[in-house]
Amino acid sequence: MNEMSTKWIGKNTIRPDGADKVTGRAGYAADNTMPGMMWGKVLRSPHAHAVIRSIDTSKAEALPGVKAVVTAKDIVEFPLDKSVMLGIQDMRWMCRNVMAREKALFHGHPVAAVAAISEEVAAQACALIEVDYEVLPHVIEIEDAIKDGAPILHDFIRHEGKPSNIAGTMVLKAGDIEKGFAEADIVIERTFTTRPVHQGYIEPHACTVSYAADGRVTIWSSSQGQFMVRAMTSLLTGIPQSNIRAIPAEIGGGFGAKTIVYLEPVAVLLSKKSGRPVKIVMSRDEVQRATGPAPGSLMTVKIGAKKDGTLVAAKGDFYLQAGGLPGSPLRGPVGCSFAAYAIPNVLSTGYDVVSNRSKVAAYRAPGAPHGAFAAESVLDEIAQALGLDPLDMRVRNSAKPGDKAIYGPNFGDVTFVETIDAIRKHPHYSAPLEKNPRPGVKRGRGVASGFWYNAGGESSVQVNITEDGNVVVTTGHPDVGGSRASIANVVAELIGIEHSRVNVIIGDTQTIGFSNLTGGSRVTFASALVATAACEKVVEQLKDRAAKIWKIEADAIKWQDGMALPAGDNAGKFPPLSLKELAAKANEMGGPIGNQTQLNTTGADPGYATHCVDVEVDVDLGIVRVLRYTAAQDVGRALHPAYVEGQIQGGVVQGIGWALSEEYLYDAKGRVDNASFLDYRMPVCSDVPMIEPIVIEIPNSKHPQGVRGVGEAPIVPPLAAIANAVHDALGVRFYDLPMSPPRVSARLEAAG
Amino acid sequence: MSKLHVTTSVNGEPVEFLTDPGASMLDALRGPLGLTGTKEGCGTGDCGACSITVDGRLVCACLMLAVEAEGHEIATIEGMADGETLHPLQRKFLEMAALQCGICTPGMLISARALLQKNPDPSEEEVRFGLAGNLCRCTGYDKIVRAVMETAAEMRGAA
Amino acid sequence: MTDIRYLAPRTLDEAVGAFAAAAGAARILAGGTDLLVQMRAGVAKPGTIIDIKKIPELTTIEQTAEGGFRIGAAVPGVVLADHPAFGKAWPGVLEAINLIGSKQVQGRASPGGNLCNGSPAGDSVPAMIAAGAVVTVQGPNGRRSMPVEAVPAGPGRTNLTPGEIVVSFTLPPRPNGSGDAYLRMIPRTEMDIAVVGMGVSLTLEGGVVKAARVGLGAVAPTVLLVEDAGRALVGTRLEDAALEAAAAACRAACKPINDKRGTIAYRIKVAGVLLKRTAAIAAQRAGGN
Repeated sequence: MNEMSTKWIGKNTIRPDGADKVTGRAGYAADNTMPGMMWGKVLRSPHAHAVIRSIDTSKAEALPGVKAVVTAKDIVEFPLDKSVMLGIQDMRWMCRNVMAREKALFHGHPVAAVAAISEEVAAQACALIEVDYEVLPHVIEIEDAIKDGAPILHDFIRHEGKPSNIAGTMVLKAGDIEKGFAEADIVIERTFTTRPVHQGYIEPHACTVSYAADGRVTIWSSSQGQFMVRAMTSLLTGIPQSNIRAIPAEIGGGFGAKTIVYLEPVAVLLSKKSGRPVKIVMSRDEVQRATGPAPGSLMTVKIGAKKDGTLVAAKGDFYLQAGGLPGSPLRGPVGCSFAAYAIPNVLSTGYDVVSNRSKVAAYRAPGAPHGAFAAESVLDEIAQALGLDPLDMRVRNSAKPGDKAIYGPNFGDVTFVETIDAIRKHPHYSAPLEKNPRPGVKRGRGVASGFWYNAGGESSVQVNITEDGNVVVTTGHPDVGGSRASIANVVAELIGIEHSRVNVIIGDTQTIGFSNLTGGSRVTFASALVATAACEKVVEQLKDRAAKIWKIEADAIKWQDGMALPAGDNAGKFPPLSLKELAAKANEMGGPIGNQTQLNTTGADPGYATHCVDVEVDVDLGIVRVLRYTAAQDVGRALHPAYVEGQIQGGVVQGIGWALSEEYLYDAKGRVDNASFLDYRMPVCSDVPMIEPIVIEIPNSKHPQGVRGVGEAPIVPPLAAIANAVHDALGVRFYDLPMSPPRVSARLEAAG
Repeated sequence: MSKLHVTTSVNGEPVEFLTDPGASMLDALRGPLGLTGTKEGCGTGDCGACSITVDGRLVCACLMLAVEAEGHEIATIEGMADGETLHPLQRKFLEMAALQCGICTPGMLISARALLQKNPDPSEEEVRFGLAGNLCRCTGYDKIVRAVMETAAEMRGAA
Repeated sequence: MTDIRYLAPRTLDEAVGAFAAAAGAARILAGGTDLLVQMRAGVAKPGTIIDIKKIPELTTIEQTAEGGFRIGAAVPGVVLADHPAFGKAWPGVLEAINLIGSKQVQGRASPGGNLCNGSPAGDSVPAMIAAGAVVTVQGPNGRRSMPVEAVPAGPGRTNLTPGEIVVSFTLPPRPNGSGDAYLRMIPRTEMDIAVVGMGVSLTLEGGVVKAARVGLGAVAPTVLLVEDAGRALVGTRLEDAALEAAAAACRAACKPINDKRGTIAYRIKVAGVLLKRTAAIAAQRAGGN
């Protein structure tokens, strides 16, 4: 088992869930129905900021066909003065996010919900609910929210002793920042803004829920963690976890935003009140208005360097939007912006700013793309000012193994330089680029790097040998992009059988042990790790069975190519026993063969990425298009290379959207003005080129297959890489995203 | 006003259903017809997840009234494979990992089939513009475009 | 939803009768690509939906005796694209109609719907105006014709009288040396609403512009015929100064708003840029004819 063969690991096998997904049979959250099912609908605040004085649901309840109405008083309240954490989520905020309590904090904030015999009746009932609002002044943008005299969202929030919209701060330090800047030959300080962007999964949130007469609950929903759904629903409804079976439907994209609940507790309470199953499906408008997004930001980054490019000091102030309730991902920019570099003097500060927007949710490397946009843009400027190649400068400053990371631990392996070298050596970086190919058209090339923590955490797996000698693997992680395929590869490899004999499924909360969220780039890392441990135990059992049959010691048996072989002195004495033969004799030789392994996994080393991009700018119209994109990343080991590449390609294109076209727009009343795929402009197929991934495989020594998390690092560099390329094309540097045509045009006009 | 009775053909089979006059074809497919392979991503014709063909013409099921199906030939993802034999596009999407979460996949496949029927030898640019009405948030489109072009080449070779 | 009446008349008279009888509570269904979105958003709540796609006159394309074209108002873009002659005569109009939405939308969306939706950003409208297309409408008081530019009255509003239905668009015959083009500015490459839309139709003789019409969209409450821009081009060889004069006329015609799709300053600037680019394509096509 210690020798790594490569019959299946590293092969682009067909995913176990593939045929269902190309034939329309895969069951997503909105595809489910239950007998007697009713439709739920959420009534949402028409105001960006308002006190809820009272809610009168009597007319709605009297409407024929209405079976239940719930409001915040039905949801378990978590008092404001005591934090109750579930993972990184504070239930004080979650209970107020799923249903507005004292106040409606954003346009679209749920205030009540109805279950009725049809969607139409439910909608009519929502219209009959009378909410007495006291409308308050609202505040949307960070700059406005942190001004003196800004409307204050929460009386209980104090910053520096005063009522404030700054709900929290995070500070990381190294060395002496003032001394560092004093030693620098060059210091550049710039201020950046980014707009909120939605995760943009194509599948709206949806769930079907049954609260049975005996108090047992079944939830069928789309999420990045059925155990999160169970735990949050339990906390928000008071139903014990043992009575909640959360079944993970196929998930139509999440990118972090489906790591919290919106609908499930509400649907459970509607089902409980009505005694009928309830289905709720969000519209796209609701998704865009009231879920996600990733925060917008206001950031100032100051970096000092020596003439030779050695970085000596870096300071960052990162203001991130939290939405209407606290909890923006400060650890992203604060911890990641400078982490890949050995900078002796660092001061990195994050500010969690509430305003009248929907509560932010995780989005692929939460907060890290923001910080990288600022830091990697300033680095580009320093390299340019010093006349250095931007990649050479990054190599010079890479963190080294054993260095203390600003966020705490000492680095193990640091594979940052390898990603930079991969770009340096790639033909893209040295390819000629005609800077002015036609009148009115300019081209440029940019590079940037990115860092993401990656994560381990709790995972459970069952590996069971079927009676006919095949393998069924059950994991606890929703599969967002091919993780079943990767685990099938690992298990086929370790058991030594054909890939087609392994089936991988996702268990529900009552059939598999606790498994933490699909997030943090952790699933392939953690589930391969537990699957490996489970396979090792299964192989031990198989060897034991063969030993019993042959009446020799188990350690005189080796497992190879799916068969037990007598080894050592016994070699050749018995014909091999195949998995099928051992399975057939399982019951007479000691019972079923299988293993459940549950671990809190560790050893997920950080991910590093370096990207290179060419852009073309239509100068008169201000349109920026990406011509060529190359993305290098250390993935440790690519268990299924095509899905690893897919993570990189998908992350890059999300980054392209973030840089060029995606943003939340609000009207004067604080309402989202572009809550549709028409005006929330995610890249379409014709907007982007092929994305060339450079998959670097330097095995993570802390993982049995060498896996390193992959999914998040690819979205970290693109914002800065594209901004740096636009600067190369135009000689004008953009500090504000997105670089949309009106903005680019206005900047060029201003620059003359 | 009561429901309307619609007689149509879905994936080559005669079908009858009842619908509200204002309900969309997508509502009918996912509701009374039980064909949930056609997905709703937006309901406004901006994502293509509900792509179907009507008499061979590509449309968004969310932008068509169910009553309009009367007398026409509807084709959905559920009818794309020939029994156990996947359509070449379906097979190639699997082989080339042209899907991740899979929610856009049915619509993407229906669009790609319509594209190749009109243009059996599309350039990369033609594929990209041909699929511009189908949003995918997972893949960055790269493997989808490659899979469509490879399928086209394979189908030309087989023809 | 359940109280909607759906009608699919087979004659225009029936359709007009039902439309007039509904007294404003009915909506015409052609491709439905705007109507269904509006119904879903609750913006449109029609009591009656009149599907006009079973009326032959509204769904056919004919070449007129004079050598022009008559396009049924409900003909979807994809059908127009498949017509063997139309795109050769009016490539700009065809491009414009087939920039409306995705391939899926083009399978349904029609020029009649695009015009009657009343959006200042409708893609086909500037091109139709540039083409000098004439609309035939029929209502309770019979038939009448008007130039396309006379139809829009403001965002979401038209000058049609109650009960009137757009029947067809008639495009004039093309003299030799004619060409048209349509360009729009959108942030993405597809799937967006025009921030500015520009249609130009030219007829050249010996390199000199004999006739020019310019339609300009998304910069005012209605799509505009910019007569000053056309005049600035007639009699010229499309020299830089002439193009700049026409661009200036387009900029001067703009009365845009700041909205989620663009700013006032940006739209005005882009109107001028697109005039030059669109005229260049139209001229190239005219030269080829």
